[in-house]
Amino acid sequence: MTTSLANLAAGRCARVHSFSPGAECALNLMELGLVPGARLTVVRKAPLGGPLQVDVTGAHLALRRNVAATVIVEPLAP
Amino acid sequence: MTTATAERLLGLVGNPNVGKSTLFNALTGVRQRVANYPGVTVEAREGSVALDSGGAARLVDLPGAYSLRPSAADEAVVEEVLLGRRGPRPDAVLVVLDATNLRRNLFLCSEVADLGLPLVVALNMVDEARRAGIDVPTEELRERLGVPVVETVAIRGEGVEELRAALAQARPVPREGSLGEALEARLASAPGACRWERLRALEAEDPQLRAEEVARRYAWITELLHQRGEEDLARARARTERVDRVLLHPVGGPLVFLAVMGLVFQAIFTWAGPVMEGIEAAFGWLGGIASAHLPGLLGELGTSLVVDGVIGGVGAVVVFLPQILILFFLLGLLEDTGYMARAAFLVDRPLQSVGLSGRSFIPLLSSFACAVPGVMATRTIPHRFERLLAILVAPLMTCSARLPVYALLIAAFVPATPVLGAFNLQGLVLLGLYLAGIAGGLLVALVASRFQRRRGRLLPLVVELPPYRWPSWRGVLLKLRVRGGDFLKRAGTVIFAVSVALWFLMSFPRQPVESGLSEAEQAALQLRESYAGRLGHALEPALRPLGYDWKIGVGILASFAAREVFVGTMGVVYSVGEADEESADLRAALRNERDPRSGRRVFNTATVFSLLAFYVFALQCGATVAVVKREARSWRFALGQLFGFLLLAYLAALGTYQTLAALGYAA
Repeated sequence: MTTSLANLAAGRCARVHSFSPGAECALNLMELGLVPGARLTVVRKAPLGGPLQVDVTGAHLALRRNVAATVIVEPLAP
Repeated sequence: MTTATAERLLGLVGNPNVGKSTLFNALTGVRQRVANYPGVTVEAREGSVALDSGGAARLVDLPGAYSLRPSAADEAVVEEVLLGRRGPRPDAVLVVLDATNLRRNLFLCSEVADLGLPLVVALNMVDEARRAGIDVPTEELRERLGVPVVETVAIRGEGVEELRAALAQARPVPREGSLGEALEARLASAPGACRWERLRALEAEDPQLRAEEVARRYAWITELLHQRGEEDLARARARTERVDRVLLHPVGGPLVFLAVMGLVFQAIFTWAGPVMEGIEAAFGWLGGIASAHLPGLLGELGTSLVVDGVIGGVGAVVVFLPQILILFFLLGLLEDTGYMARAAFLVDRPLQSVGLSGRSFIPLLSSFACAVPGVMATRTIPHRFERLLAILVAPLMTCSARLPVYALLIAAFVPATPVLGAFNLQGLVLLGLYLAGIAGGLLVALVASRFQRRRGRLLPLVVELPPYRWPSWRGVLLKLRVRGGDFLKRAGTVIFAVSVALWFLMSFPRQPVESGLSEAEQAALQLRESYAGRLGHALEPALRPLGYDWKIGVGILASFAAREVFVGTMGVVYSVGEADEESADLRAALRNERDPRSGRRVFNTATVFSLLAFYVFALQCGATVAVVKREARSWRFALGQLFGFLLLAYLAALGTYQTLAALGYAA
């Protein structure tokens, strides 16, 4: 079962599955380590629809929700 | 003596926040300068490293990057320099990797390796990695990459000597076969001098290949690290995470943020105060000496040029230096500890609604001291449209040059009536002026960002949140020196030139000395009949609807050197001699000034607020125009901004005056 990264609750882990078609910054995200198969954790979400803090194998990135919405992930068991 | 061309040239590359600049400082010491590349505003520092073989190499600190492939025009510098498209091609590259995050860091390294240049790898922050229980694979990397791999702790200078010694042993990394059979086969027949150029040529034809390439690079890294990069690194961040739980707390985070910003403001405006007064006194003293001794040597006119033009012009720049240095120092500290990234994270959402992002925050914050460093700080914004947007609104933030003008008008015309016990009316008006500038800036950004929507491109990354680290004092101070020098050069030359030009406009044509006039009255006569005075008279019809007479017009013109010059100019126009914003004589002169035609007070409530409104929005600063032109690389943008904001200021002042006059406040 897959969902978008933006839908993950804070504290949840997942594996990158793919990018939604036409996602314009998919390649930039891949360069930052969000390649299919990479494990990530949503550390926290800024209030009021602000960015997500995502741990991608040790690096913490702040991604906007609309960007995170283009990343399709497979949630892992908590 | 080795000539510059015979020197070896080394490039220094790495991701942002890996300690690259600290390592650069450790390797080069203070022998460094800022190099600017023509056509782009990314700057690279250059320094010289002594080599073990004797002689020295030039080391170029290239901007931090996650990938060689630029996502913005200004980012292309790293790739262009390494390909030799901007000056001579480097002979070798020093790649700095963060040992706590090898997987992501090796991505850039794999791209650099495809350039075919000899590499040396520095594994920085090994201490932090080991403390976090990470098994740093130094030996394996050395073996598999076939290049010197040196462990360093740049902030303490550990490993720097070993690294210097290793610079002579740089080797190319064998990368053949690393991108998978299909891609490698096509690569073999593509045109280009190195693997990287061939890849770029291939992908120019078939952009679909990029995803495959990126995935293959990470597969190569996984193999290189034997899965090591996949281990759970949460422990490495345990300390940082504890701090973040407070600093990024949904409620506590914004509160801490406001407190930190309050502290920065407090520091800029109160700590700098005594030093600024000292500088003003020193320049006043210098002017006094010159006035006393120069007339015999240079005559009266020459003395006036030296005292009012040169000493006044230099003083106008230097007086801001304490504030600028305090600002740069605090920003440097906040950047190096990692807090600035948190601030960007917290304010991203509010700024997003007007088309900006968390990255615009530092430039806008800096602009409260001065728009010149603010505009220069927009260089860190990767997205060109957003960068222009930040440059556009930066001059609307209330810079400290406006403060003397506000202080004079508020102290003279707003009563210090207590409001709700804790506040007084003067303070509230000042706060209102700051808020008006911020609101104006957000509104302008909101309107301007509408033009971008159709091209709307997502920002891949707001910011990386690095672990909190103790700053390197040396690094912060070096950065302070470089940035402070840059400010003096950029703002200084323009402010000085405009000051001398204004001196000319206010001193010519010369008026004969009339007997029976005091010195101050003679100065007022000279100004009235000067080019500037005539220009003020000519502008009067346009300024009447705002409630201004020609004297205020002259003060506004003089503000183009720097806004605080308004105060001194008013001192001359009203024959009170030397005056600052605390001069009781000047306040009294303004209060008593009456319109010769109507007999009404010139500085009535409506005029005062109209003038305040004008100063909130007007871009009256030659130095800002010059730095905007340089950073936006467009005269059209800089002049459009200048006249656009003058129009905005005119309309705001007009609206303020007419509304207040209609309510009966113009009496």
